Amino acid sequence: MTDQTNNTGFDWTTPSFQSHMKRRRRSQLQLKLLGLGAIAIAFMMLMLLITSLISTGYHAFTQTHLKIEVFLDPEHLDPAKPARGNYRQILTDTMKTQFPDVPDDRAELRKLTSILSNGAQFQIRDRVVENPGLIGETVQFDVPVADTYDQLNKGLIDPDTPEEYRRLKNDEIANFELLKDRGLVTEPLNTALLTNADSRFPELAGLKGALVGSFYALLTCFLLSFPLGIGAAIYLEEFAPRNRVSDLIEININNLAAVPSVVFGLLALAVFLGWFGMPRSAPFVGGMTLALMTLPTIIIATRAALKAVPPSIREAALAVGASRQQVVFGHVLPLAMPGILTGTIIGLAQALGETAPLLLIGMNAFITSAPSTPFDSATALPTQIFIWADSPERGFVSRTSAAILVLLTFLIMMNAVAIFLRQKFERKW
Amino acid sequence: MTLLAFVILLTAVTVGYVMNLRAARAIRDGGTRMHSLESFHGGYAALMTLVPTFFLIVIWMLFQGTVIELIVKSGISGQFEGLGTGEAQLVMAEIRSIAGGRIFGTPEQWKLDAAERLVALRGLSGWLLVAATAALATVMLYVSRRTVSSEFRARQGVERIVHGLMVGCATVAIFVTIGIVASLLFETFRFFQMVPFWDFVLGTNWEPQIPIREDQVAAEGAFGMLPVFLGTLVIAFVAMVIATPIGLLSAIYLHEFASNRIRGVVKPVLEVLAGVPTVVYGFFAILVIAPAIRSFGADLGLPIASNTALAAGSVMGIMLIPFISSFADDALGAVPRSLRDGSLAVGATQAETMLKVLFPAAIPGIVGGILLAISRAIGETMIVVMAAGLIARMTINPLDSVTTVTVQIVTLLIGDTAFDSPKTLAAFALGMVLFLMTLCINILALRIVRKYREIYD
Repeated sequence: MTDQTNNTGFDWTTPSFQSHMKRRRRSQLQLKLLGLGAIAIAFMMLMLLITSLISTGYHAFTQTHLKIEVFLDPEHLDPAKPARGNYRQILTDTMKTQFPDVPDDRAELRKLTSILSNGAQFQIRDRVVENPGLIGETVQFDVPVADTYDQLNKGLIDPDTPEEYRRLKNDEIANFELLKDRGLVTEPLNTALLTNADSRFPELAGLKGALVGSFYALLTCFLLSFPLGIGAAIYLEEFAPRNRVSDLIEININNLAAVPSVVFGLLALAVFLGWFGMPRSAPFVGGMTLALMTLPTIIIATRAALKAVPPSIREAALAVGASRQQVVFGHVLPLAMPGILTGTIIGLAQALGETAPLLLIGMNAFITSAPSTPFDSATALPTQIFIWADSPERGFVSRTSAAILVLLTFLIMMNAVAIFLRQKFERKW
Repeated sequence: MTLLAFVILLTAVTVGYVMNLRAARAIRDGGTRMHSLESFHGGYAALMTLVPTFFLIVIWMLFQGTVIELIVKSGISGQFEGLGTGEAQLVMAEIRSIAGGRIFGTPEQWKLDAAERLVALRGLSGWLLVAATAALATVMLYVSRRTVSSEFRARQGVERIVHGLMVGCATVAIFVTIGIVASLLFETFRFFQMVPFWDFVLGTNWEPQIPIREDQVAAEGAFGMLPVFLGTLVIAFVAMVIATPIGLLSAIYLHEFASNRIRGVVKPVLEVLAGVPTVVYGFFAILVIAPAIRSFGADLGLPIASNTALAAGSVMGIMLIPFISSFADDALGAVPRSLRDGSLAVGATQAETMLKVLFPAAIPGIVGGILLAISRAIGETMIVVMAAGLIARMTINPLDSVTTVTVQIVTLLIGDTAFDSPKTLAAFALGMVLFLMTLCINILALRIVRKYREIYD
């Protein structure tokens, strides 16, 4: 062996060859480092995305509240018509008792009541309407504060910036600090984020309408695309003759999977709303549009799952006299079901995050109540994110991040279920 | 009423199944050999009832609203004389809301009458639907009950229906494509009746907001798509400049150098990047990337527009990294192992093998993937709607604010849409352009990928 190496007569130790090898190794290292760098950039971007969302979004998971003792003055309330009372005045009186030193001046009083959220009066009204016997008594309420004071409490408004650049003036901050010193300010978990519908006021805005809208849309999408997709996939994979028509259908499906989503929105706008006169902003129509987009995904996943079932299963069933449909529906389909369900869930997760087609059919409307049927106007989670991202109020920035975190949580949950199904039920043949 | 119709349908299906099952079982118990199993006799009755009745209900629901409103409208056609389409729509909306019990102000008597008529017709239609459903279901039950006999080939019957249903499912995909093309073509055609074709294709001025009033003719050249098209290309170019090298290099690293453990970490990270909804990327662009680019530009003294193409483009690039990476990984994986082994065997380093053997062999697949990524970048909507500009400019400077085809489609169609203004129809014309562009790129990409597969298979 040593002889052979020597026989080549090549001197591996010459400086020129050594430097040649060094150069080759260096270029090897370079490529490796470039690859690592590329992956590091992708990784960093994901980290940056997540940290920026969490660092802005976590503020919205708590909400500053103020404990106030409200005297339900019979002077402003009519027990016969509790819904028609002058609740603004009652709140002004309440705040006046908190600040006895403040002069009885309209502007000053308005400044005091503006600490409270605009929704406070409705909270009190609802309580009184529910129980008119409370009129004339003093009741304790825990009401949200207005968005600017909420931000002050969370440290998002810096009291050290010059007064003219600040959204809260010195006296307003002093008033709020006074309430804080009395221990009236609390910062509980912001349940309103999930139980309220949309609102113009950030401190009242919640995701309930969007969550219900997204649920109805996804339900419609599932009910349409799941049977249609499975039917189409079974036909194409198991029954279709290899001819021009089935080729055409296949090319069609592959192309549909790559059509931009906004084009599906145009289709829905022209056909569903324009020609069939379906209602605007309805989750049902949104679900139909999403179903058209999810269909190719489900068909492709189902075909792959059917293909993965080994031919021996089919042959065994055929051999004992089953018809071709009995083979497929009795044996192949049940074995392919885990794969089909995985593909369907991934398709639905994509549909949940889809925004553009929903914008075109008007699911970005401003609606302050959750839809009660799939035919009512509603928003969906991604369109709600779009609306809030567009809103000028500072408070909506953290709400948008929080809504995105909620959306991502749902997506992660759906994908986790898909992975679980795949690992639990997938068979290796 | 619709609910009642569905209940009737469900009952009829169950009744049909049980009835035929029992009848077939009685024949079998009588000692006759049956051609088909009893359950197929039952299934035949169920399907025979289900399919036609279900389609009746769906078609009824699709068209009842339109038909009823047409009837109401024809009853008061005198009131619509001299009204534009927009005003006519408003009147119909008012009548509808009166019918729904929401009355604003004091509407004229004829509107109240029309609303009353609308309510009456809706009730009538509901009852007619129930009656039609019940009648059709009964007829189908009777017909299928008559078929039960020992010779009847119920299994073949069932399988024929199921086969037909599956063919129907498969053709839905074709109908969707036809629907897309038809709706785009129809509205685009109407658009070109108002705006000359060449003004749209070659115009360099895009100001769709100009024709506001009905009597106003669109200003010359207000619907020129070139600046919008150019903006789309600028943003797609920025995205590809970012996504292509990062995506390819990470695919090379993953394919050739990474240990299994690293691959096990990196692949899910890329999948997460791919699964993030685009509206989230859009918010990321306006929250983090755009301010960062602006302050960086301010440090260098560069004038950077607040919604620069750079921000939208680079975030879109991040979105496309996993897309390109997974395509390139697949393409590299499809190169036969013998090529790689041969190259390593003659003493090439891994890097040389990758760059001089594997990569060239995988080029067609990679190019196909890049083309598909470009088509995605052109069709991507939410990132640009949130982070790019609204005003079309003839510029290729990525520091400027540009607009894209998708941004214009969304901004033109958000809010109220009357189907007869060029402003609305322009969105469909742009959609047509977008559809054709992405279709061509996709077909080209698929063809390249397929051709390349043939070499090694």
